[in-house]
Amino acid sequence: MTIIAALAIGLIFGTGIAVSGMINPAKVINFFDIAGTWDPSLAFVMAGALAVTMVGYRVVLRRPAPMLDREFHVPTSRQIDLPLILGSAIFGIAWGATGACPGGIIPAIGLGEPAALVFVVSIAIGIGIVRLVQARR
Amino acid sequence: MTEFTPLASLLGGLLIGLAAVLLMALHGRIMGLTGILSGLLPPPDADWSWRAAFLLGAISAPALIVALGDRTIPFETPLSFGAQVVGGLVVGIGAALGSGCTSGHGVCGLARLSPRSLVATCTFMATALATVFVIRHLLGSA
Repeated sequence: MTIIAALAIGLIFGTGIAVSGMINPAKVINFFDIAGTWDPSLAFVMAGALAVTMVGYRVVLRRPAPMLDREFHVPTSRQIDLPLILGSAIFGIAWGATGACPGGIIPAIGLGEPAALVFVVSIAIGIGIVRLVQARR
Repeated sequence: MTEFTPLASLLGGLLIGLAAVLLMALHGRIMGLTGILSGLLPPPDADWSWRAAFLLGAISAPALIVALGDRTIPFETPLSFGAQVVGGLVVGIGAALGSGCTSGHGVCGLARLSPRSLVATCTFMATALATVFVIRHLLGSA
């Protein structure tokens, strides 16, 4: 049940990414090109996603536990530290340069685009490098 | 140029939000793609199966839309193979170091009013804007 539900939720997410245009790196880059070929579409993606999630989380997180697990796995850290800021700054630079964020580019594999697979494998290796370094500390 | 698509983008955003709410309601998980992918890398987390199923669904959706809906979904990248590899690596390093990306911080974290996610989202939005400005208007490449 856990797996079927996750598959169905993944389908909804992937449909949202495809319909919204987040799946297209060129569209993402144009969202940031306010001084050039600006395409404000992604502001509508964020607005729609945030509106639903804000209201939905309020209802859901009031319950004692999720339906398919014993507890909610919600991050508890509230510390604004250097890795958070440095990592986010680095992510933004690469996101602007490529137009590829993990959520947008993973579904693009389903379009059969070789570039999407190249991006996702590279992103996974990048995540793996950070995990290795952090595990050694 | 890409076409301005306010309605389709809003609809897509609503679906992304719906998925985030359902993943919390059912699995109790933040829908952050960096975190979901990270738990699948070797050695995979004990709970790898829902992660794999979610990603399989996410990848299948565009394929199904193209196959059943008889329509094309635009996908364009201006980057060469080498730039895709380097860019992807840096996306992964930054997102892992910053504990999240657009979906985890930008949607789920902001929806929880997490101060960390607010700082992260403002930071990556600002550096992405600056980067595109530098690449397109100062360096003058496409």
